[in-house]
Amino acid sequence: MTTTAPPGAEEQTDAPAADAGGRRTAARRIPTGNGIVFVLPFLLVFGLFMVWPIVQGLWMSFTDSSLALRDTNFVGLDNYTEAFGDPDVWSSLGNTVFFTVISSVPLVLVALAMALLVHSGLAGQWAWRLSFFAPYLLPVTVVTMIWTWLYQPELGMANQLLDTLGMEPVGWLSDESVAMWSVAALTVWWTVGFNFLLYLAALQSLPTTFDEAAALDGAGAWRRLWSITLPQLRRTTGLVAMLQILASLKVFDQIYILTKGGPNGSTRPVLEYVYDVGFTGYRLGYASAVSYLFFALVVLISLVQFRLFRRED
Amino acid sequence: MSATATPLRARRRPPREAAGSPLLLGHGRLPRALAGTALVVLAVVWLVPFLWAVVTSVQSEEDINTTGLWPFKGAFTLDAYQQILERGNVSVWAFNSFLIAGLVTLITVVVSTLAAYGFSRGTFRGRRALLAVTVAAIMVPPQLLVVPLFEQMLLFNLVDTYAAVILPQVVAPMMVFILKRFFDAVPKELEEAARIDGASEFRVFASIVLPLSRPIVAAVSIFVFIGAWNNFMWPFIVTNDPDLMTLPVGLATVKDAYGIEYAQSMASALLAALPLIVVFLFFQRRIVNSVATTGLGGS
Repeated sequence: MTTTAPPGAEEQTDAPAADAGGRRTAARRIPTGNGIVFVLPFLLVFGLFMVWPIVQGLWMSFTDSSLALRDTNFVGLDNYTEAFGDPDVWSSLGNTVFFTVISSVPLVLVALAMALLVHSGLAGQWAWRLSFFAPYLLPVTVVTMIWTWLYQPELGMANQLLDTLGMEPVGWLSDESVAMWSVAALTVWWTVGFNFLLYLAALQSLPTTFDEAAALDGAGAWRRLWSITLPQLRRTTGLVAMLQILASLKVFDQIYILTKGGPNGSTRPVLEYVYDVGFTGYRLGYASAVSYLFFALVVLISLVQFRLFRRED
Repeated sequence: MSATATPLRARRRPPREAAGSPLLLGHGRLPRALAGTALVVLAVVWLVPFLWAVVTSVQSEEDINTTGLWPFKGAFTLDAYQQILERGNVSVWAFNSFLIAGLVTLITVVVSTLAAYGFSRGTFRGRRALLAVTVAAIMVPPQLLVVPLFEQMLLFNLVDTYAAVILPQVVAPMMVFILKRFFDAVPKELEEAARIDGASEFRVFASIVLPLSRPIVAAVSIFVFIGAWNNFMWPFIVTNDPDLMTLPVGLATVKDAYGIEYAQSMASALLAALPLIVVFLFFQRRIVNSVATTGLGGS
């Protein structure tokens, strides 16, 4: 959404008050100061809890800072070289990327399908909206408690359902090749509601003229969906996909509670590795280095997306 | 309730929450039936986990373990809820969650609204640069800050306090950006009249701009509240004292202690889920519209 910053809106306030226009200059200039007092409280918390930790973290990534020892030494780029050679960094990064792919695709497509269906004007709007959005309101622990029970090997709903259908039970959270998919399914259920609302809001603000014209010309519902509505939603889809990928890359909470990264590290995302190294292994310096490498990756991906997004316009 | 102020920014939003566009489906029977079926199937899939949790929570542990749940043979009982409430932790955590999410929302909204106004109307030096830094900060994943923030809290001796949970959460560059965009679109004529009459800048903000911005402030408040209520990683790291934990953190710590007590596990999950679901039922239209208002959706 950073793309839509309206530089145009700033021209008015930015115009220097010293111009010779005279008449309106007095009104332009803020009489009680230049407005910085309004920004000060924010700058204070921003500086303390955003800039400070960013700088501090960067510094720590060049040290052997540890929760166990108060003695900290500068170690140069050692942490970074170690991270590049650390197979756990690469495998957890791989897990993060894999999760991002298998969760983002359905999170965009299912949300779109839901919004189109709800928007199509069938009765009971509020009930559909509630069903799809309600999970988004749940705290992560509640979501994982419910799904741990759904995925429970013997008594859980998933395997009982398979049993009723005469199929073999699946180790939803214990099978290395299945666990990440189970996590992704949970995530889609939990967070699709937000994307759904973004799409719904977009659909409600679309001009209906093209749709009406096409309908008058005898275009069927299916054809109008493909040729008019979906193309009109391209910008929204770009935005939703961009936000979703960034959100998926940051996955940690649900995995940490659901599987602790297991079985055998197969679901451990890079941010959990940072947590494990920093808070369980006490190596804050190394954890900082890994999180900065990850941040660099996020920035890189954002820039690429931003470029694509801009070109689309 | 929003009717007074939305027109300022309104795009072409339908006046009432529209019943969708019937055009999308046309008048054919078949597409309508297909869409209806698909919608029902999706809704059922989305509701089943809730239903499963509810059904589990009102049975006894023995029934669940002996007969299994399929197809819900056990007798109805509220034992699980009673046990949870007697243990008392859940109510302490719920109180903490309300207190913490409430304070985070209050502070964030006040600080961000003021800042957004300053960025929108201010003429101070470095305004553009500061704004650019703020916007760039939207990209920073909060998890990046966790390790150094924890060190900082150790330094301030704040670990295991409400302050430590609350303070780092009040920095919301995204909200500043959303609010600033809104203020930019508020016409300045009204303010100029007041300024000429000698109103102080704060007066202009509080009595002219703020009342016009109620919908966007409400939208921002709702999202900040949901975010703070559900926040997990930071409160989890910075609290060890069970009396200071929020619901998500507290439940995570006892989740394993429940072991195979599924009825109690589901009962506590549902109790923790209830407050926000109720909030949503009350503010449904506000929440749905706020997605559009914040400018995240649409154009």
